[in-house]
Amino acid sequence: MAKKTSKGGDAQIEGVTLTIDGQEVTVPQGTTLLQAAQGVGTEVPHYCYHPGLSSPAMCRLCLVEVEGAPKLLASCTTTVAEGQVVLTQSEEATRMRRGVLEFYLLNHPLDCPICDQSGECDLQDYVFAEGREHGRGRDAKRVLGRDDFGGDVLFYGDRCVMCTRCVRFMDEIEENPLLTVVERGNRSVIDTFFEEGLDQAAWGGNVVDICPVGALVSKDFLHKARAWDLEHTPSICPNCSQGCNIELHTRDNLVHRMKPRANLEVNGHWICDYGRGRYEWLNRGDWLEAPVMFTESGNRAMGWKAALKALKARIDDVAEHSVKAIVSPFWSNEDLGAVARLVESLGGGVVFRSPQADEEIPLSGYEGLARRKGLAPNERGAELLGCVRVGDKAGQGGVDDFADHEGVVLVLGDSLDDQLERFAPNAALVVYLGAYTSSALASADFQFPVTTFAEQEGTFTNHVGRVQRFWPALKGPGAARPAWLVLGALLAALQDEEGPSRAEQAFSLVVDSVESYEGLSYESIGAGGGPTGEPVPLAGD
Amino acid sequence: MGYPYSHEKEVPIISKYFGDPEARTLEGWKVRGGYKALKKALDMSPEDVVEIVKASGLRGRGGAGFPTGLKWSFMPKGKDKPHYLLCNADESEPGTFKDRELMRWVPHQLIEGCLIGAYAMGAEHVYIYCRGEFFEATQVLAKAVEDAYEAGILGDDVLDSGQKIDVTVFAGAGAYICGEETGLMNSLEGRRGEPRVKPPFPAAVGAFGMPTTINNVETLAAIPHIVENGAEWYRQWGSEKSPGTKLFCVSGHVKRPGNYELPLGFPLKDLIYDVCGGMIGDRALKAVIPGGSSVPFLSAEEAEDCALCYEGVIEAGSMLGCASVIVMDENTDIVHQVMRMASFYAHESCGQCTPCREGTAWVTTILKRILDGRGTEDDLDTLIEVTEQMTGTTICVLSDSVAAPVQSSIQKFRDEYLALIRRGERVGAA
Repeated sequence: MAKKTSKGGDAQIEGVTLTIDGQEVTVPQGTTLLQAAQGVGTEVPHYCYHPGLSSPAMCRLCLVEVEGAPKLLASCTTTVAEGQVVLTQSEEATRMRRGVLEFYLLNHPLDCPICDQSGECDLQDYVFAEGREHGRGRDAKRVLGRDDFGGDVLFYGDRCVMCTRCVRFMDEIEENPLLTVVERGNRSVIDTFFEEGLDQAAWGGNVVDICPVGALVSKDFLHKARAWDLEHTPSICPNCSQGCNIELHTRDNLVHRMKPRANLEVNGHWICDYGRGRYEWLNRGDWLEAPVMFTESGNRAMGWKAALKALKARIDDVAEHSVKAIVSPFWSNEDLGAVARLVESLGGGVVFRSPQADEEIPLSGYEGLARRKGLAPNERGAELLGCVRVGDKAGQGGVDDFADHEGVVLVLGDSLDDQLERFAPNAALVVYLGAYTSSALASADFQFPVTTFAEQEGTFTNHVGRVQRFWPALKGPGAARPAWLVLGALLAALQDEEGPSRAEQAFSLVVDSVESYEGLSYESIGAGGGPTGEPVPLAGD
Repeated sequence: MGYPYSHEKEVPIISKYFGDPEARTLEGWKVRGGYKALKKALDMSPEDVVEIVKASGLRGRGGAGFPTGLKWSFMPKGKDKPHYLLCNADESEPGTFKDRELMRWVPHQLIEGCLIGAYAMGAEHVYIYCRGEFFEATQVLAKAVEDAYEAGILGDDVLDSGQKIDVTVFAGAGAYICGEETGLMNSLEGRRGEPRVKPPFPAAVGAFGMPTTINNVETLAAIPHIVENGAEWYRQWGSEKSPGTKLFCVSGHVKRPGNYELPLGFPLKDLIYDVCGGMIGDRALKAVIPGGSSVPFLSAEEAEDCALCYEGVIEAGSMLGCASVIVMDENTDIVHQVMRMASFYAHESCGQCTPCREGTAWVTTILKRILDGRGTEDDLDTLIEVTEQMTGTTICVLSDSVAAPVQSSIQKFRDEYLALIRRGERVGAA
């Protein structure tokens, strides 16, 4: 995928050698001093610079000394030169940066105890690292108060450092300049055009992420958790097939928010408001917690070993082995692959239903990034595993033929909420593996609690066939296990062999069955997803 | 001829027709020798015009004093991109009122200078960016441009030379920072008036992203005379490093304030006591700001031997700037004056760079507190340090401009600050 952010891809890149704080380093021509310093592990403080935006060099915090230059230079816009000697920690540079930090605190309310940014705030970090011990401001601070910017965004004017990242994001990346700076001098303040503000934006939530301080905060997250109490787990956004890289921020086994995780090949630094706002389903309470078998006296909870043994016995018993399976594209490749293998061994077919939006919502300033029409994260993965799409745009219907099926019915993840009657009443055996209780499947022969993507390790395949990993952020409820483990154990019992016990093994089984995944492993994919080279040929392309 | 007063020691070249309403009209200007220089320039090659200006040693009159001919020679040759000449008429430095007079009395002199400059640099379009508050000057200039178009002096065929040069008079919205050259370009383009990061410099990427040169009104007004009479003629006045004449805007406690055109190098003392008729009430001199509010104060002692040329004022401890001489007598409350200047800069800071945005306002607040009798001696150290933090740390030099009056006044008039802080004593009537 071609990206707007990658500059001069065709130009011949020459190396430039310079010295940063005594360390010699060679970087490509055009690299800024700030980036070069990051390369040797030195973080020069900065606010207005953001890797995904233009650099106005106005925060004046990234000043460094360059030997031979008459004054300090802004490292975010000064590019490297051969033989340059850069001192990021010289007395002059640190003195001036300390001075700039003092200016930032002049009118800052220091309301860290009630500020959501506290603990992940660049102002806190930089002042701790380089600031003065005591402020010299004796005079009354400017008070601006709070403003609703629309969308999910609240503005605390007093905390703002006027870096204009938010203004530039709306202008350059969403290309919908709803934010601006009004007034000038120290009366300058960020404001919206018209009352609706970010209500008219589809990607406005990103301004909260890029705000280096607590000036722009999320209404949804407001006062919900302290930053230092949150666990960060790398994951993939489950709300469309773009596969944006995210972090799940959790506390007390609940997801509190979703944040973008930088991946220039997929989503840059951004995620959409649609995706960001839809994590509550991961915190639902109506979980399946233990394997359940339907008996004449009602549903009976049991342990996994007994349950799997009983299921194997039933499969052996039924006359018609052919399986009709329906899976949810919100489940991982490993899970779907296990269903596909079971169906292959018993004979039958797999379908899936996936909700579709009418329109894509592109991020105009970042090529290749959009909220896709396909609203499930693993549609492509399901297709590549041979699952057949059925149903309508709402992800409903299309399952009428299950009513007459007399063999085995297997359901993974899809809780069939649109089915008002008992599902597959004529089937010899109905097995439901899911996270939530389902009324249509309340009398299934077996109900097995399986973990969602947030509770297990695994992969999704995005709309262009890129396989990306996620890690467990939550602990599954009760006895819930990954579906690949459960089905793998079942298949192993049926075939009298050993099933996978680690996600990595389950993934290698998937790789074996999908041509375009050839050569992939968890190690080769890494945290950024893969394949990272040529685009994967898509099934049917 | 100075305006409103004149003096025999003046050398009136660009100010010759100040106060003469007929010089405003196209006919009147032609009768007075106007547009001859343009004709002469059009008969020369552009390179030769640049050479004459270089040889004259003319330095930019907007404050920085950069050699004009050298600046013109930075413009890339060739016509693959449009070139622009911008005339900076956003005269807003406190104490300065020369460009306004040049525009309202002799607008055609400026237009002629613009045309010669545009021809020399291959610019087909000149924008004259007028300060928003200059209603009269802008109207006079706009009328003159209209007349020049009608007479075929401007437009597709300048004086039948085949040269195409357009002039647009653009009124700013009234912001000091739009007098900074890249801030002016942003404003002209319809953006916020915020200075740009350099490099790239305007000669490479300027207005509308094209090669651009920006010259002050007074600089361009001198061009026709230099082209017509030659570089040597211009060099008969002034010094080696500061050739020619310059308009001095004198304000403050002198008997005859106003504009005076004098050769560079003119003694400051003579300017005050002879040309301007001395101090009001014959009171003693306390301080002079020789180049507009952005330059350091000179004490009476330093002013004694100061020669008003670029190098002479630096030697005396300040800068010539745009030669706006603000004279203060013994009754002047220096702290109050500095506070007035600081609050001007706090009001006019564009707010991009943190040291300027926060620093200008902070300095003003501290000075106000000192004036209210609530200052401490520590405040003086804070003022010095804060202004040091504001020097050389920003995109443009507005924030450095606050440092000059604050630091020099604390150095030279510390007693006044201390009298206020320790005893609540204020000097004179502010």
